[in-house]
Amino acid sequence: MSEKGERIICRCNEVTVEEIEALIEQGVTDIEMIKRLLRIGMGPCQGRTCLPMVISIIARKTGKSPDEIKLPATRIPIRPVPAGVLVGDMNEE
Amino acid sequence: MKSKAEVVVIGGGSTGTSIAYHLAKLGVDVVLLEKGYLGNGSTFRCATGIRQQFTDEANIKLMRYSVEKWKKLSEELEYDVNFKQTGYLFLATTEEEVEAFKQNIKLHNKFGVPTRLITPEEAKEIVPLLNADEFLAGQWNPTDGKANPFKTVFAFARKAKELGAEIYEYTEVTDIIVENNEIKGVKTNMGTIKADIVVNAANAWAPIINEMAGLDREFIPIKPYKHQLVKTEPLKEGQIEPLVCPPAWNDSYVIQDGEDGGVICGTGLEHGPTYDVTPTYDFLREVLKWATRIIPALKYVHVLRQWAGHYAKTPDSNPAIGKVNSIDGFYIAAGFSGHGFMMAPGVGEAMAELIVKGKTHVPLDWEWYDPHRFERGELRSTAFQIG
Repeated sequence: MSEKGERIICRCNEVTVEEIEALIEQGVTDIEMIKRLLRIGMGPCQGRTCLPMVISIIARKTGKSPDEIKLPATRIPIRPVPAGVLVGDMNEE
Repeated sequence: MKSKAEVVVIGGGSTGTSIAYHLAKLGVDVVLLEKGYLGNGSTFRCATGIRQQFTDEANIKLMRYSVEKWKKLSEELEYDVNFKQTGYLFLATTEEEVEAFKQNIKLHNKFGVPTRLITPEEAKEIVPLLNADEFLAGQWNPTDGKANPFKTVFAFARKAKELGAEIYEYTEVTDIIVENNEIKGVKTNMGTIKADIVVNAANAWAPIINEMAGLDREFIPIKPYKHQLVKTEPLKEGQIEPLVCPPAWNDSYVIQDGEDGGVICGTGLEHGPTYDVTPTYDFLREVLKWATRIIPALKYVHVLRQWAGHYAKTPDSNPAIGKVNSIDGFYIAAGFSGHGFMMAPGVGEAMAELIVKGKTHVPLDWEWYDPHRFERGELRSTAFQIG
């Protein structure tokens, strides 16, 4: 949790509005690069919480329409799964 | 868009951005063209590893130099690329492998790479969660490492721009203008740029660019193979810091991401040649079978993400780096076969110097990486692909 009352946008990787805005102000306006430099959308929730908000921030700061900003790829598995379950030997001990 | 430049670099991955940065540093007016966003080809899909443990002189020397550059890269680019020397640990399952390790170590040591043979107990000290009982010995080099591919490409591009380079993303090259075997410029979907020098750094897509320049697509027979990775939720730092790989287990490996501590797992299963990068279920089962055998505790760790990228493979798994003799002003650095990211600092500097000065102080063996070797039916000893 943030100690300075900053507004957290990505709860998985604790990224704040301020960090996203600062990056956009430095000229990084592509969601693909913002994602990778700040690791938004790359945590356990895969961006369910943060990506719509990040799109709004980019749209607001760049004057683009939110529809113009494409969502980054969603990666499988959609929900976190223990590796043992995927291998099929979770019950062997 | 600019209508003229001294050099046009095609491909905005780690190799292309490094070449553009080093050219700009030498005062060259350079334009870089990328058909998607920077890094979207192979760099942003790589496993982050950087190693000097090859089995031939050329790759060892180039990577030893590249690691020296990696050590200073954050400072040089004034941006933290998160390079860490956390090592590479190869593990042997048979006596033959142990013998091969001893030969490799001799060669590494000859060129100043401090690799050494270690016992399974020592391996367990380095990677506490390792299933050490299955292995006879380790080939360990603590000076190999990892870095952040996203930050590296961003840092090269940022510094290149600061030095005057122009970088155009979402700009696709549609043709190369060649007259009387001389480069004259590049056509893109955004306009035409006149230039006397073009560098093909398109890696998996390099044969398509070669064809645009009038060469045969098979001149440098680079083929795109789909390679996949999975990544787990973060683990506490230090659990699996080096890249750990028993080559006999289908070239499988695990490495803790230096950025967030998640474990990246890879294996030798490949699909292709294909430009498709859709993740597949057979990979997920194969990679986790081996990863949980290397580190049994991974069974209890959640898998978060699976993705795919390319190994842009040449027939000997060594890249094609150098000048194309039949077309004046045409250069290539492509076909990195999974080693582009780790080699990028050294290759970028060498290419920039070759273009500007006609030679380089980087210990890059131009003969070894000669783009014309395939035409002559000549191959190098195959470079081992991992990490």
